[in-house]
Amino acid sequence: MPEQIKDLVDWLLGPKIYFLLSVVGFWAMIQFRAFWTQAWVAGGIFVFGVVFFALSMGDRDFTLIVAKPDNVPISIMFVSIGFLLWLSFRKMVINDRLIAKGLPTFEARESRRRVFCWPDLVYSEFLCLIILSVLLLVWALYLKAPLEEPASSARTPNPSKAPWYFLGLQEMLVYYDPWLAGVVFPLQIITGLMAIPFIDINPKGNGYYTFKERPFAIVTYLFGFIVLWATLIVLGTFLRGPNWNFFGPYEFWDPHKVEALNNVNLSEYVYNVLLERALPSNILLRELPGFLAVALYFGALPPVLANFGFRKIYSQLGFIRFNVLANLLLFMAALPIKMLLRWAFNLKYIVAIPEYFFNI
Amino acid sequence: MTLLKSITETQIWKSLFRHKYPDNPRDQALAVLSNVFLHLHPIKVKKSGVRMSFTWCMGGITFFLFLVETITGVLLMFYYRPTVEFAFNDIKALREHVPLGIMRELHRWGAHAMVISVWLHMLRVFLTGSYKPPREFNWNVGVILLVLTLLLSFTGYLLPWDQLAIWAVTVGSNMARAHPIIGHEGPGASFLQLGDVPLVTAASDVRFALISGRVVGAATLLRFYVLHCVAIPLGAGVLMAVHFWRVRKDGGISGPM
Repeated sequence: MPEQIKDLVDWLLGPKIYFLLSVVGFWAMIQFRAFWTQAWVAGGIFVFGVVFFALSMGDRDFTLIVAKPDNVPISIMFVSIGFLLWLSFRKMVINDRLIAKGLPTFEARESRRRVFCWPDLVYSEFLCLIILSVLLLVWALYLKAPLEEPASSARTPNPSKAPWYFLGLQEMLVYYDPWLAGVVFPLQIITGLMAIPFIDINPKGNGYYTFKERPFAIVTYLFGFIVLWATLIVLGTFLRGPNWNFFGPYEFWDPHKVEALNNVNLSEYVYNVLLERALPSNILLRELPGFLAVALYFGALPPVLANFGFRKIYSQLGFIRFNVLANLLLFMAALPIKMLLRWAFNLKYIVAIPEYFFNI
Repeated sequence: MTLLKSITETQIWKSLFRHKYPDNPRDQALAVLSNVFLHLHPIKVKKSGVRMSFTWCMGGITFFLFLVETITGVLLMFYYRPTVEFAFNDIKALREHVPLGIMRELHRWGAHAMVISVWLHMLRVFLTGSYKPPREFNWNVGVILLVLTLLLSFTGYLLPWDQLAIWAVTVGSNMARAHPIIGHEGPGASFLQLGDVPLVTAASDVRFALISGRVVGAATLLRFYVLHCVAIPLGAGVLMAVHFWRVRKDGGISGPM
């Protein structure tokens, strides 16, 4: 592959453009679902991806990171998510067209018919089991499980990475402190997932693929799963090297790469830049702007949204459901918001009380 | 044909199978009903529900991978001692002394595959709206099973006791030290004091409870081993029983009302 293309890709995949591209790509996936789910377009994207991947394997730095045994599942995840998204969006598009014409969905036509579990279900389960066993055996025979040097608490590897499925969380550490990125956000993800059936009271779309009958639910969930979870895992695994610095896929992992970090707290912006005076010695006074910002974000936004813009949703959901939903959405939006603030204003902390480990 | 008949007419065969070859409705029903494993299934299902393109078979794949992990895991336990002295060398011996040995490979790749298949199962259930009433509770059981799957994978990650293992677990468990109030580097922890004596320290906080020490060490290895091989699989097993049972009780595989 020519060096110019490699340089272009390395530049394109910087954390900022990478994330923005994944958001734009996500928007395009939703918006143009009727177009890209056609067999020839999806096939074309797949072939392009395979060719690009094959050409990239010629690059030493790329191969080094992608072919690492523990990183292979990420490529498998990438391909299977892509394929299954195609499959489900295809079904959504077809069903939505049927619904628009007033016809029963694909599933509705078939669900009236009942078939015996033996053989219809049992056989396909058995087939699935055999195929998966073969794939696992081939994978296991072909690729050795990794075993590095014996454990030593004296030698810290650089970079130190969590297991691959937690790398989206580790990537969040760039923008938030561990108490948020490592504790509060994961707990919010779990409780948020558990709350889904109780927040989403839309009775439609139960048991069949549809987009138009529940666009908000699908966009929100997929944004969380695809953009905030899966693509951040890819970023954290393939594009973060020593010192958690960013490295393009064709870039050498140089441990001496220097990146300037001169991030500024909100309190410093307000007092030093805006009011042109020294920071107050009283911590609460010093961090007042940050506290106000957070309080407004979580406290004032939900009632404002309930009265403007989301009025209909509020009346449908009621007070408690709406506030739970708003709170979860605001937590979800907190990551992209902090990313944008960091990139645009070098903002470090909104509330910065390192004395008590309370940084937001 | 007579050979087949002479087998299926024996007392041994008849003691195993209480039905004829399932090529008619009665025996098809009996094949599922009279088998303890198959009777997880109903006798009949919606045609839409048995389509692979609808279910992706992801729930079944996840369960199958759990069984693979159980079987390979039991075999690995024969040759593995969870102590700092032996752990790494036992794994190394497995690698060097067993020709064509793939138990550890099957276990590791199966575990990665299971994490992916759980996510994809969840994606399918969401996209088909299958968490909606009456299946809210089962979705919640599923979320807990997802967390248990990640914990199983995380605790297993430490057991080879190599650099990869110890540092991945160190990075992961370091998050616990930042837990608000109950982590010694978390916000609010420094307010919990008796006189001058801090109550939440590196030797008493939630991270200490998790890894059983100030750093990932011998006690952590044993603790994660027990969690990985006994505690979490038992919990997951119970919840899986609930999960499967509720699928049946909530009307089987989801479909349009």
